[in-house]
Amino acid sequence: MTFSNITRGLLLGLSLLAVVGCNNSNTVNLQGAGATFPYPLYSKMFDSYYKEFGIQINYQAIGSGGGIRQLKNETVDFGASDAFMKDKALKESKNPILHIPICLGAVAITYNLPGVDYLNLTPELISGIFLGTIKKWNDAKVQAINSHVTLPNLPIVSVHRSEGSGTTFIFTDYLSKVSSKWLSGVGRGKSVNWPDGLGGKGNAGVAGIIQNTPGSIGYLGHVYALQNKMPLVKVKNKDGQFVEPSIEAVSNAANTKMPADTRASITNTSAKNGYPISGFTWILAYQNQDFKGRSYEQAKATKTLIEWMITDAQRFVSPLHYAPLSESVTKKAKTIVNSIHFAGKEL
Amino acid sequence: MPSHKPLAPIEVRSYLFKKILLLSGIASVLFLVGMFITLVMQSSLAIQHMGASFIFGSIWDPVKDIYGALPFFLGTLISATLALLISIPFAFSLSIFLGEYLKEGILKTVLNSTLDVLAGIPSVIYGFWGLFVMTPVIRNFETAIGVTPHGVGILSASLILALMIIPYSASISREVIALVPQDLKEATFSLGSTRFELISKVILPYAKSGMFAGFLMSFGRAISETMAVTMLIGNSNKIPSSIFSPANTLASVIANEFAEASEALYLSSLMQLALVLFIITTVFGFVGRWVIKRWVVPV
Repeated sequence: MTFSNITRGLLLGLSLLAVVGCNNSNTVNLQGAGATFPYPLYSKMFDSYYKEFGIQINYQAIGSGGGIRQLKNETVDFGASDAFMKDKALKESKNPILHIPICLGAVAITYNLPGVDYLNLTPELISGIFLGTIKKWNDAKVQAINSHVTLPNLPIVSVHRSEGSGTTFIFTDYLSKVSSKWLSGVGRGKSVNWPDGLGGKGNAGVAGIIQNTPGSIGYLGHVYALQNKMPLVKVKNKDGQFVEPSIEAVSNAANTKMPADTRASITNTSAKNGYPISGFTWILAYQNQDFKGRSYEQAKATKTLIEWMITDAQRFVSPLHYAPLSESVTKKAKTIVNSIHFAGKEL
Repeated sequence: MPSHKPLAPIEVRSYLFKKILLLSGIASVLFLVGMFITLVMQSSLAIQHMGASFIFGSIWDPVKDIYGALPFFLGTLISATLALLISIPFAFSLSIFLGEYLKEGILKTVLNSTLDVLAGIPSVIYGFWGLFVMTPVIRNFETAIGVTPHGVGILSASLILALMIIPYSASISREVIALVPQDLKEATFSLGSTRFELISKVILPYAKSGMFAGFLMSFGRAISETMAVTMLIGNSNKIPSSIFSPANTLASVIANEFAEASEALYLSSLMQLALVLFIITTVFGFVGRWVIKRWVVPV
């Protein structure tokens, strides 16, 4: 009796070990690092990828810059960034780095003015506010295009992200396109030398300062503004329409000419009904997947994952308030993914 | 012929033990030196490129590759000093109350453990509390006295810093006061002194170097505190014009900008900020120890 119990226990233990061992030898783990802006989407995608295909993906949302650094150090399988890499940075890498667009996101402008349900702003006013030249809410130019309300005599407090972020890049890229004063004085970047206003740490920090400060105005990732139920500014686009950020308006914004490598800024879009402050977010991967002694399987898994992200996984995009890739962009993205190889071998 | 007596097992053990202790001591020194060397190497590009204008320049512009850290030095110095000044009266009286007046009882246990818990709360929680509870109050105050009502800024950061370092310096001072020998106190009472005289004439002279060490260590903590300050200081790269204006500290700039910095000179400049912060905190540590040595009361 006792003997058979022990054998049974031993057998069970051995079989469990065998199962565990099996799993270990077959599992490919993928490592990714980068942008925080698409993190809610990526964590959802990677979670269901694990459930469907059993491949675990560890994604560290350490910021686009960190993602690029880790990819350059070859410590991750893929990176992720909200700002595309410049030509100079791309040339530094012997193994070409590819940009694969995953989705689009909008940067919403939100404010705290009790009793004002919506606000219209033109590009000139937005740059004036963030440059610190328009100081009061009842400024004649602001009041003129907002005849639906009487704006209060409150000082304007502009709020920006204190840390480097892709959201800031999209916003300052937009301002650099619409204002020559901004372009020469401040410029575009993930961190810039802000001429005026307060900095909040992260989307949460910016949202916190705005919600607490009557008279404040700032920019946030669209998702965060919606989650916090904050009022959105309608921005006048190139076509002359006042547009509120929405999935549709962002998708519209991408209906412009795109280069084959998809490294394009779509801010201040000329597309009709397009929301002008939006951008792509990209996965970054090496064209030659044979680096740092990676196995063929590892390379294959990386390519399969990225392929899945631009096709099947697009179903997760809209529910999380990002905009999915349009057909023409998906086509370009597929061509890019197909060019990924393993030391010349097809994957 | 000299003969070697075999070592007894107990001697071997004590020999090994001594070596291990020595090794861990050396390791920590090596770690400190290694960290310093890494920081110097990583920041060498910025040192060559910016030179002295890194220290005296007042423009920090990653887009144009200009890195002057003067606003951050001032922000760090002003916020930490203000925090220390606010915290000293509270930490001082708390430590005397706990060390001398409240000898036993439930209240003492409750107060002591409250202090310990307060000292251990993660700084991000202080930051959030400050952002959502304290800044509206500050904003009302600023509106009342007629300065731009930002809410966040040097004053908010210093207040939260003070709150964070009070438990820290109070508990160090409390320990030091508790170390005053009992017979010294009894002798003082036997001479007919009051409790106030005991504190002012015996306990404070005896404990002052330890209390000073506590304040110095809390100042060091205030300088290097990152998360809560970043959330409350307003993160402006301009030289602060008053204690109500937004500013930035060395630690908050590093925390803010490191993750997204990918260009070489930018990264190197952030490393140089880290190097400066490292030197400042190390110097404070050494100066503190030197002062304490000079002030020690011989008993």
